[in-house]
Amino acid sequence: MPEKTAATAASTGAEKVTSTAAAPDTALVTKAPKPDKARSLWSDAWHDLRRNPLFLISAGLIVLLIVISAFPGLFTSASPRDADLANHYLGQPNWSHFFQPDWFGYDGQGRSIYARVVYGARASIIVGVGVTALVTILGTLVGMIAGYFGGWIDTLLSRLTDIFMGIPFLLGALVVLTSFEKRAIWVVILALVFLGWTQIARVARGSVITIKQADYVVAAKALGASTTRILTRHVLPNALAPIIVVATIALGGYIAAEATLSFLGVGLAEPTVSWGVDVSSGREQLRNAPHVLIIPSVMVSITVLSFLMFGDAVRNALDPKLR
Amino acid sequence: MAELKKTNEAVDATPNVTEVETVEVTSEEAAVAALDATVERGEPILQVRNLVKHFPLTQGILFKRHVGAVKAVDGISFDLYQGETLGIVGESGCGKSTVAKLLMTLEKATAGEVFYKGQDITKLSGRALKAVRRNIQMVFQDPYTSLNPRMTVGDIIGEPFDIHPEVAPKGDRRRKVQELLDVVGLNPEYIHRYPHQFSGGQRQRIGIARGLALNPEIIICDEPVSALDVSVQAQVVNLMEKLQDEFNLSYVFIAHDLSIVRHISDRVGVMYLGKMAEIGTDVQIYDHPTHPYTQALLSAVPVPDPEAREGRERIILTGDVPSPANPPSGCRFRTRCWKAEDKCATEVPLLAVPERFKGQDTPAAHESACHFAEEKDVVHAA
Amino acid sequence: MTIIKETAGVPAPRAGGEASGPLLEVRDLHVEFHTRDGVAKAVNGVNYSVDSGETLAVLGESGSGKSVTAQAIMGILDMPPGKIPHGQILFRGQDMLTMSNEERRQIRGRKIAMIFQDALSSLNPVLSVGYQLGEMFRVHQGLSKKDAKAKSIELMDKVKIPAARARIGDYPHQFSGGMRQRIMIAMALALEPDLIIADEPTTALDVTVQAQVMDLLAELQREYNMGLILITHDLGVVADVADKIAVMYAGRIVETAPVHELYKRPAHPYTRGLLDSIPRLDQKGQELYAIKGLPPNLLKIPTGCAFNPRCPKADDICRTEIPALAPVTEQDGSDLPGRGSACHFWKETIHG
Repeated sequence: MPEKTAATAASTGAEKVTSTAAAPDTALVTKAPKPDKARSLWSDAWHDLRRNPLFLISAGLIVLLIVISAFPGLFTSASPRDADLANHYLGQPNWSHFFQPDWFGYDGQGRSIYARVVYGARASIIVGVGVTALVTILGTLVGMIAGYFGGWIDTLLSRLTDIFMGIPFLLGALVVLTSFEKRAIWVVILALVFLGWTQIARVARGSVITIKQADYVVAAKALGASTTRILTRHVLPNALAPIIVVATIALGGYIAAEATLSFLGVGLAEPTVSWGVDVSSGREQLRNAPHVLIIPSVMVSITVLSFLMFGDAVRNALDPKLR
Repeated sequence: MAELKKTNEAVDATPNVTEVETVEVTSEEAAVAALDATVERGEPILQVRNLVKHFPLTQGILFKRHVGAVKAVDGISFDLYQGETLGIVGESGCGKSTVAKLLMTLEKATAGEVFYKGQDITKLSGRALKAVRRNIQMVFQDPYTSLNPRMTVGDIIGEPFDIHPEVAPKGDRRRKVQELLDVVGLNPEYIHRYPHQFSGGQRQRIGIARGLALNPEIIICDEPVSALDVSVQAQVVNLMEKLQDEFNLSYVFIAHDLSIVRHISDRVGVMYLGKMAEIGTDVQIYDHPTHPYTQALLSAVPVPDPEAREGRERIILTGDVPSPANPPSGCRFRTRCWKAEDKCATEVPLLAVPERFKGQDTPAAHESACHFAEEKDVVHAA
Repeated sequence: MTIIKETAGVPAPRAGGEASGPLLEVRDLHVEFHTRDGVAKAVNGVNYSVDSGETLAVLGESGSGKSVTAQAIMGILDMPPGKIPHGQILFRGQDMLTMSNEERRQIRGRKIAMIFQDALSSLNPVLSVGYQLGEMFRVHQGLSKKDAKAKSIELMDKVKIPAARARIGDYPHQFSGGMRQRIMIAMALALEPDLIIADEPTTALDVTVQAQVMDLLAELQREYNMGLILITHDLGVVADVADKIAVMYAGRIVETAPVHELYKRPAHPYTRGLLDSIPRLDQKGQELYAIKGLPPNLLKIPTGCAFNPRCPKADDICRTEIPALAPVTEQDGSDLPGRGSACHFWKETIHG
C-alpha cells in the first residue's frame, strides 16, 4: 500500500521532492517497528547491559550496599558501638545465625562484627561516591576548559595535571592527611579528590578535543551559539561516556584507598565506624582471632570488585569498538 | 542601482567584482539595523576582496616559534549576487573549504574583507556578528558528523530559534520545526527521532532544514552532496534548487564534483592552491575555459559515456598539487603546466580578462589568471 | 551441497595454471550479518566471473553488497557477525570457501591481491614504505634484505613514483594521496598476482590524480595480463577502464553488460535511473532526474524485486516475484552476448 501512494504521487509528477518524501516514510517505518523509540548510545548500552550477568550481579551488589549504608537499622538490631567485653571478647562467628549480632562473631572489644560491617558500609560508600562525584566534576571542568580553549590555557592546565599526576598517590595522601589533626570523613574525601582528579581531567580533555572539531560544533558556532551553550549542549553530552566509564572504575579504587589509609592510621579513626578502621584494629588479634580482620577485609574486596565489574561492563557497553 | 540590474540581464557581462558601496555605521545598533536592508535580485550581496588566510606553522611546545605558514587562501576576490549560485571548484588543499569558513567568520581572516550589505563582516563582533550569522548559514559535507547524535531532530532544527529567540516566539517553535521538516521533504512526525535513525540523504535534509530555520539570505554549501549515494545526490540537489526559488536564496556552492557544480551554478570559480585561477559563467568556464588548469580539471572528469569519452582529449597532469606551505613562485600552477615558460616562474598572473580577448564579444573573454590564456574546449567530443 | 562437503574433507590437489574455466568465478554467493536487530542480508546470490586480462567493474551504491562480495573473496570478512550460508568462490576451478586456512593464505596475497580505498590506513605508519614493500619479497619469496630492497625500488619505478631510490626510506605520511595509492598498487603487484581486486581505488583522490592512477592500473593490468575486479560507485570511472559491468542492488546483480552497451541501452530501471541522475558536464540540464526513495534496508529487503518501491515501472508482479538475471536479447530475438537483466520488464526498459 505505501508503495502505491508513492507511485501515484510520482506519476502526477507535479513535485518530485514531495514524492521522494513519501517513500522515505514507508522505508523508515519498516526499519523501526517502534518508530518513536529512540536508539541512542545509552539505550544501546542499556540493551547490552541488561543481558550481561556480570553487570547484573555487580549492580545488584551495589544496590544492596547502597541500601545497607542508607538504612543500616534494617539489617541489624545491634549497635556497632555496644561493647560487651565480659561476654563476647573475640567471640567466634556463628555462621548459621543469619543476621544475628553474633553471625560474624565479636571483636576485641566485644562489639558485634556483623553490626560493624553493616554500619561501616556507609563510610565506604560515602567516601567512594563522594570522591567520585567531586573528582568527576573537577576533572571534567579542568579537562573541558583545557581541551576546548586550547592555547596557553591548555598548556597551563595540562602541566598542572602532569604535576599532580606525578605525586605518588599513597605518599601524597599520607602527607596531606597527617597534616590534619582531626580527620573527619570529609577530610579524607577532599584529600582523595585533591590527588585523584587528574585521571578524569585527561580523559575529558582528550574527548573534548575530538568533539570540538566535529561538524555539529562548527554548525552551532555558525548559528551564533554562545560558548556556554556549545559546551553544555554539544560538547559535554558527547564527552560524557568515556568520563563515566573511568569514574565508575575509579570508584572501587577510592573505597580501597580509604580502607588502606584507615588501616595505616591516617584515614578515618575511631569512633567512626568503617571497614578500614576495623581491619586496622583486627590485625592485633590476627593469630588467635583472624575473623576480626578477615570479615571487614572481605567486605572491602567484594565492594571494590563490584564497582570494578560494574565499570568494566559499562565500558564494554559504551565502547563501540569492543562490540 | 538600475545599472547593476541591467548588467545582470546580460549574464555574460556580469563582472566578477564590482565596486563596494560601504556602509558607515557608528554604533552596534546601527550596524545591526543596516543588516536588515534588502538587496535587489542581481545586486551583489556578498563582496569578497583580497581575502587571505594563512595558518601559522609553529614548532616547540611551551615557546612556540613560527616557522612558516600554510597559505590556504592567498588573496581571492569575487562577488556573490542576490539569488544566484556561485560554484567554487578545486582539488583538495586548494583552500575552498577555508573560503567557506572565512565567509562564515568561523575562521579569522589574515587580511582582506568580506562585505555583506556594505559592512565588512570580518571586523564585526558581538550583536552585529550574531545578526550576520542569522543571514548567512551553512550546509555541511558530512551528514553523519554535522548533526549532534545526542539531540533529537526537533532540538537540532529548533536550536537556531533558541539562539535567536527573536525569530520565533517560544510557543511557535514546534510548529516552525515541523514546517521546516515538511519543506525539506521529511515527515513532520519525525521530530522526536535521533539522527542515527535516518539515512545519509535524510540527514542532509535535516542539515538543510537547520540552515533554513533562520530564514537566511545566503547559504554556504561545503560539499553538500559528496558524501551521498549517486541516486540520493540528485534528490538533494533538486531540493536545494527548489528551496533557492522558494526562499530567494543565494548559494555559494563549494564542491570538487565539476558536473554537479555546473548543474547548479550560475557562475563558477576555479581555485588552485589558494588562488582563483579562473572565474566566469558556467558556459564560459565549461565550454570556453582559457586557464590550463581548468582545462586539465575538466578533461580529467570521468564521463559516464564511453563513446563521448573516446572523442575527448584528455590532459593528464603530472605530479601532485604542491604544498600550500611552500607554493611555487610566480604562477602556482606552473609546476604542472605544459605551457609554463620562464615568465610563469617570475610573474604572478593576475586574475583579469586576458589581453587577447579584451573587448571581444566572445565567451572566452572572462577572467583567467594565466599569462598564456587560450581557449580550448575539452568537454565536448571532437 | 554434498560435493562441497567431500572436498572439504580432502585437501584438493592444486591444479597449476592449466585449469579450464574462468580465473575467478563466484557462484550463488550469499553473505549475511547477524546483528541485534536481525539478519542483514548483504549478498543474496551473486554470480560473476572474471578472466585473465579482463576487467570486471562491480557497480553499486552503499549497501549494495559490492564490497562485501570482495571481502568474501579475499577471506577478510569479519566472521562473526558475517556468515556465508551458501555459495562458492572458485579460483581456477577450486572452491576457496572449502579450503583450509593455509591453502587460502597461499592464494591470498600471492594469487589474489587487493587495493583499498584508503591507502593511508592500509599502510603501517611506523614502517618505511621500502620496508613494507620489501617485506612482501622477504616473507613470500625468501629474498635477502638487499635483494628485497632492489626489487622494491624496481617496483616503485614501475608504479611511477619519482625518485624511487631516494624515497624508499620515507614513511607513508610523507607521500601525497596519489603517491600512497601508487604504493598500495605496488604492494598488490609485488608478487605478480593473477587477480587484483580494487575497492574504490580512486574515490579518495582528486580528479586530476584519479586519472593518473586509473591509467596506471589499466596499463599494469595489460602488462601483467591480470584479471581486475574494480569495485566502485562512480559510473564515470567505470566507463574508462572496464570491459564488462555488473550492477548490484541490495545484494543482487541486477544487470550485466559489456561497458559500451550499458551506457547506451540500460536494461534495468535502476541502471537507467542512475545514469539519468548524473548531471552532465557538457550541457546544463533542467531538473535532475532523481530515483525516488531510499536505498533498501538490508534487514528488511522488500519482497519481490528489491528495487520495486523506487521503480517507476513497478507492477504487482514486482512486489511478489524476484526477477532472475535473464539474458537480454535484441528486439528480433538475436543474442546480445554478455547482457543480462534482473527485471520483469527488461524488454520495455531496453527497447521501450
